[in-house]
Amino acid sequence: MSFSGKNIRNGIYAAVAVCWIAAPVFLSNYQTDVLNNIAIYALLGLSLNIILGYGGMFHMGHAAFFAIGAYTTAIINTSYGIPVLWLLPLSGITAGVFALVVARPIIHLRGDYLLIVTIGMVEIVRIALVNNIFGITGGPNGIFGIASPQVFGHPINGIVSPGHYFYLLTAFLAFTIAVFYLLEHSRYGRALKYLCSDSIAAEGSGIDTSGYKLSAFVIGAFWAGMVGNLYAGKITFISPESFSFWESVVMFMIVILGGAGSIPGVLLGAILIIGLPEFFQELQQYRLLIFGIALVAMMIFRPQGILPPKPHTYPVDKLDEKEVTL
Amino acid sequence: MELFFTQLTNGLAVGGIYALIALGYTMVYGVLKLINFAHGDLFTIGAYLGLTLLASLGLTGYVGTAGGLLFLALMVMGLVGIIGILLDRAAYKPLRNSPRLSAVVSALGASIVFSNTIMLVYGPSPKVYPQGLLPTHVFYLFGLPVPIMRIIILATSLFLMIGLYVFIQKTRTGTAIRAAAIDQGAARLMGINVDRVIMLVFFIGPALGGAAGLMVGLHYGQINFTMGWIYGLKAFTAAILGGIGNIPGAMVGGLLLGVIESMGAAYISNAWKDAIAFFVLILILIVRPTGLLGERVAEKI
Repeated sequence: MSFSGKNIRNGIYAAVAVCWIAAPVFLSNYQTDVLNNIAIYALLGLSLNIILGYGGMFHMGHAAFFAIGAYTTAIINTSYGIPVLWLLPLSGITAGVFALVVARPIIHLRGDYLLIVTIGMVEIVRIALVNNIFGITGGPNGIFGIASPQVFGHPINGIVSPGHYFYLLTAFLAFTIAVFYLLEHSRYGRALKYLCSDSIAAEGSGIDTSGYKLSAFVIGAFWAGMVGNLYAGKITFISPESFSFWESVVMFMIVILGGAGSIPGVLLGAILIIGLPEFFQELQQYRLLIFGIALVAMMIFRPQGILPPKPHTYPVDKLDEKEVTL
Repeated sequence: MELFFTQLTNGLAVGGIYALIALGYTMVYGVLKLINFAHGDLFTIGAYLGLTLLASLGLTGYVGTAGGLLFLALMVMGLVGIIGILLDRAAYKPLRNSPRLSAVVSALGASIVFSNTIMLVYGPSPKVYPQGLLPTHVFYLFGLPVPIMRIIILATSLFLMIGLYVFIQKTRTGTAIRAAAIDQGAARLMGINVDRVIMLVFFIGPALGGAAGLMVGLHYGQINFTMGWIYGLKAFTAAILGGIGNIPGAMVGGLLLGVIESMGAAYISNAWKDAIAFFVLILILIVRPTGLLGERVAEKI
């Protein structure tokens, strides 16, 4: 086996994955909880990446879908006692349906206007939650007493034993990475990237641009809703404050700084933005200031992010005989 | 009837403030096609600078309340205008030829930097303006109460707006700004220094925003470091409502949004007050993306 760039890269990914999985054994509960937060934001970043990275839609209201998933879980679990993990698909579906309804009329707006409208959307959702819409969201106090998830009858408490919750989240993260990797390399993913880089050419090639954009929105929202379920099960208490506009900004920064459209980039972004401030506790108050400066500097010096996606290559010697058309 | 009238004067006073901020968005958008997300924070900086200057210089003691406030307003406008130019130099100028969304992200970063700098300098708790600088009494028009402070706020913003309108329409420099907004390349060919026009726009817009910040401080008496983004979003809504890139549109949109919001707060629900502006924003972008008088922002699908 030669040490080509690809092998080295895969080796690094494998080493990082091993370190990640082994980490809780060596870390305190608090530190493991930080890793859990990184995992949650990594999942949110990956789901936003479908919309922002592949679809190229400037969406800054992702916290709204996250909130809807979390509230769906919280309301049904506390009212009817249905186990949290059973509600995982349902949380995704409610968020996805909401995205479908909301995104349909706004999907065709030009980039920066879409950004503003999605900010408006996340604020409306937050205000609705604070105002106890339909009398089920608990108003500004939120909902508490959500049960911990159970796996094969063993409750996994995110507060008492973050190490157990870590493996639940890691399993879901691995599943997510696999699904999104396949999605990225599928016909669907290629079409999305194509319409992102040149929507007119994509439409000319027969890609239904608005349909693809809408479906990217719904997939991203569906996933964020599922993450909301895991989040609600982790902290067992949710309130509107957890889903403010700033949460959306953090998700947005993770994707943009890490590298829009790149799975390793988004994971790195989550580690940097959520994990790094833990090492600089005394600089905690400067955290957002530094992120702001980093955003401006990145746009000027490296707009594609730290780990941008590799352009797809098609080596001639690996093509099938029948694919060569000249 | 009294409720209606109170809400109307309230809405017009707030609307005047929205309109002043909206002018900054619309002027920058007109020339650069850029949404200056940091504009709301320039407004906050205006409010905080006003407070600092008011407390440290004690101008109102030397030259009387009216003269002191006028001088204060000019200083705040000048300083915020200079910050606006510096913002453009640092965050937007290097991105003139980049995709427009890079500039939007940079603007967002600048906004985060501003609001956190204010927080670090002045602390996270709200600050209180000294009271009693503006007259607080109320006179009655046909038996309906008219707080004189609201009239002063509305009159000041109308004065600034009309001043700007005359400047843009009647002077040579104003003509250059309009020309650069229509077609930068052609304006350059006609010998207009477009870089200077952009600098001027980044001075005037933030200066007006700074004046609005000072007015909010004087009117409501309390300011906090996060108010910039909610005022900024509402002012942006006002700019869209009137038609972005259109100066009279921003004025009309601001006043209209102020009235819609205060009527909605009174007759629909006070708890949903902040959401009303966003509903207006989403509705106008879906139904009539050009705004009441302006440019088209949605692509046809």
